[in-house]
Amino acid sequence: MLFYIDDRYGDLDSRTDSDIPEIPPSLDRTPEILKKALSGLSSRWKNWWIRGILTLTMISLFFLIIYMGSFMLMLLVLSIQVKCFHEIITIGYRVYRSYDLPWFRTLSWYFLLCVNYFFYGETVADYFATFVQREEQLQFLIRYHRFISFALYLAGFCMFVLSLVKKHYRLQFYMFAWTHVTLLITVTQSHLVIQNLFEGMIWFLVPISSVICNDITAYLFGFFFGRTPLIKLSPKKTWEGFIGGFFSTVVFGFTAAYVLSKYQYFVCPVEYRSDVNSFVTECEPSELFRLQSYSLPPFLKAVLRRETVSLYPFQIHSIALSTFASLIGPFGGFFASGFKRAFKIKDFANTIPGHGGIMDRFDCQYLMATFVHVYITSFIRGPNPSRVLQQLLVLQPEQQLNIYKTLKTHLTEKGILQPTLKV
Amino acid sequence: MTELRQRVAHEPDAPPEDKESESEAKLDGETASDSESRAEPAPPPASVDDTPEVLNRALSNLSSRWKNWWVRGILTLAMIAFFFIIIYLGPMVLMIIVMCVQIKCFHEIITIGYNVYHSYDLPWFRTLSWYFLLCVNYFFYGETVTDYFFTLVQREEPLRILSKYHRFISFTLYLTGFCMFVLSLVKKHYRLQFYMFGWTHVTLLIVVTQSHLVIHNLFEGMIWFIVPISCVICNDIMAYMFGFFFGRTPLIKLSPKKTWEGFIGGFFATVVFGLLLSYVMSGYRCFVCPVEYNNDTNSFTVDCEPSDLFRLQEYNIPGVIQSVIGWKTVRMYPFQIHSVALSTFASLIGPFGGFFASGFKRAFKIKDFANTIPGHGGIMDRFDCQYLMATFVNVYIASFIRGPNPSKLIQQFLTLRPDQQLHIFNTLRSHLVDKGMLTAATEDE
Repeated sequence: MLFYIDDRYGDLDSRTDSDIPEIPPSLDRTPEILKKALSGLSSRWKNWWIRGILTLTMISLFFLIIYMGSFMLMLLVLSIQVKCFHEIITIGYRVYRSYDLPWFRTLSWYFLLCVNYFFYGETVADYFATFVQREEQLQFLIRYHRFISFALYLAGFCMFVLSLVKKHYRLQFYMFAWTHVTLLITVTQSHLVIQNLFEGMIWFLVPISSVICNDITAYLFGFFFGRTPLIKLSPKKTWEGFIGGFFSTVVFGFTAAYVLSKYQYFVCPVEYRSDVNSFVTECEPSELFRLQSYSLPPFLKAVLRRETVSLYPFQIHSIALSTFASLIGPFGGFFASGFKRAFKIKDFANTIPGHGGIMDRFDCQYLMATFVHVYITSFIRGPNPSRVLQQLLVLQPEQQLNIYKTLKTHLTEKGILQPTLKV
Repeated sequence: MTELRQRVAHEPDAPPEDKESESEAKLDGETASDSESRAEPAPPPASVDDTPEVLNRALSNLSSRWKNWWVRGILTLAMIAFFFIIIYLGPMVLMIIVMCVQIKCFHEIITIGYNVYHSYDLPWFRTLSWYFLLCVNYFFYGETVTDYFFTLVQREEPLRILSKYHRFISFTLYLTGFCMFVLSLVKKHYRLQFYMFGWTHVTLLIVVTQSHLVIHNLFEGMIWFIVPISCVICNDIMAYMFGFFFGRTPLIKLSPKKTWEGFIGGFFATVVFGLLLSYVMSGYRCFVCPVEYNNDTNSFTVDCEPSDLFRLQEYNIPGVIQSVIGWKTVRMYPFQIHSVALSTFASLIGPFGGFFASGFKRAFKIKDFANTIPGHGGIMDRFDCQYLMATFVNVYIASFIRGPNPSKLIQQFLTLRPDQQLHIFNTLRSHLVDKGMLTAATEDE
């Protein structure tokens, strides 16, 4: 009989799911105070109350951070990203029992740092253009940003190759791939969230609230009316919950968009002002956020008995966002459920009592951030003006002159620039 | 290189330290059947030998060792000749070849994944893997086409719409694949399916992004495509030669046949080769000019005024070398200086791509990625050192050579709002005036 050198790892790959031992659950982190307050109730209601209280706590925390402003939101997004990464990597360690692998934890965190450096560097260059132009060292870092990021990544790659140990090759490659897929999922998402945030806080708030609302209303509809199972992967989800959640989320999104569109704080792009050294959200609201009259189609006219209705154009977009949140968002949740079943874990971690890990709360958000970003770039705005300017200033002088002449002709033709006016 | 020595080790006078490679070689055939019961006593069949019959006959009277050497040598020359032919045929054929290589590499790596996980029977999975490949390629090619064929795209209405909503369409296509994956999850095979999903995505990340960076480099000028690839090939061959004749100190445990002498010798030889090659190529417009799509002739043209990089300049030789060579100045193309950086990367960091692939092959107990090229293994075996080179060249060009693409900037400018356009125009104007490029007199031209 022939054996493999790494027999146990070969088994890991080829056994069916049922042969894999379950990972023992982590400790229960419910705070003592909650336990005492609810000690009188039965176990089922106790769980319900814990979940409920934690839900309200999270929502209040969310409101608090919104109040504190964009910078705090960015920090929050960054912390969530780091925690999600940590949770998924820990699962990888447990699955592959690879805590003892040399270097690997250091390398995973190093890669996280590199990729974050790359993405944040690109963001900073775009949005803090004026701030960056002032400082010499920052200028240098920005100009050669891609090269520096690539060099940092390469250093990690070479360290990985040098750290390969004879009997653990397969494990090490698995962890390498696991780390990269996790980075792909969590880090890109979080940066798309921040890009959306800079577009205007409403582009951050409405999608996230739609997903949360869909979660909650689908659960409630399923609880009260649920009968037909939706998908084998998540046996508790039902078609009634799915459809009920869809309609409620669209209505919720519509209403939330109406309420938030009034305030400049939510609607204006976040800008960094060098004079006050902070973020400001002040602007002339764009057309999306100005009330317009729409004539109702005939059947609605009969129902509502009005000719026209004033809406913000953004509300129409919010319908698209809510639809995505209700119809496609759940697939992110199914993906995470499948993942948990595949690796025999009940929750990603035990950070939030009653709910599981941070990743459990954010699995449906997974695709939403990417969708919103793609939606914005395709339908709402064109390229970022300050970025275009920054790139123009980097060109060779002859190229700049050529572009200047082309632009001048174009603007004069369009009548934007008066030929006789010396600006 | 490693494979050749392993085959040699099968002979009776094999040194004892090759025991591990021997047992590895025996285990190769077992890979495809490792979870089934061990009832089969018969040894696994060897892989099919792809060597063409004509070669087999011509070399039939040589001993096995020299036969392998000759097969490898002939195939090497055949591949290099093929490379020259397609360079001659032009950029369009090169793009097609790059795409074929990419698809073959993807196929090879995915097949390894199937073999490792015995997942041929998984529902949908092969379809999904190829679908994801198609989506990602559509996304990247779409971006490239939008950048480089700007005028062509603007003319045709359907292309214009496709290019305007390109990201949205690509995202939708990808999402469809994602939802199909979720719907295809089958109860007892969750873990396997997630593994294949992860495997596919990592493969796409490696293979597809590299191939598109190669095409970007190609559009910059064929010299940016040819010099890096030739440096890696040269380093491969030179390191092997130096190791063969002078090799003594092992370099890394992962590839026991590589030596420090080969590494350092290969480094110097590659730098010299790069300098010579760039000197030769910088003289010809067809290599040096960016590839452009000409609307009138509907084909690719490489015709331009060579940039500063490709015009001979005088350099002062530092004192140290002056005494050796006896010249005061030397005429070089500035590109040759850059070629030193490219060759250095190819010799020092490129091999890490090769070590990564060696580690991967050992991890999954395979001798070669596939058996496409007799004597060499699969396409991926030839391209493993190229892996990082394309990314490096692209980052190098973006950071040190050229700035952003001017026509792309104009394109972005035209989509902005009028007030933003005016603001940018005025800022550019004051910038040019500050630099002295623009005066009030030239303003009215």
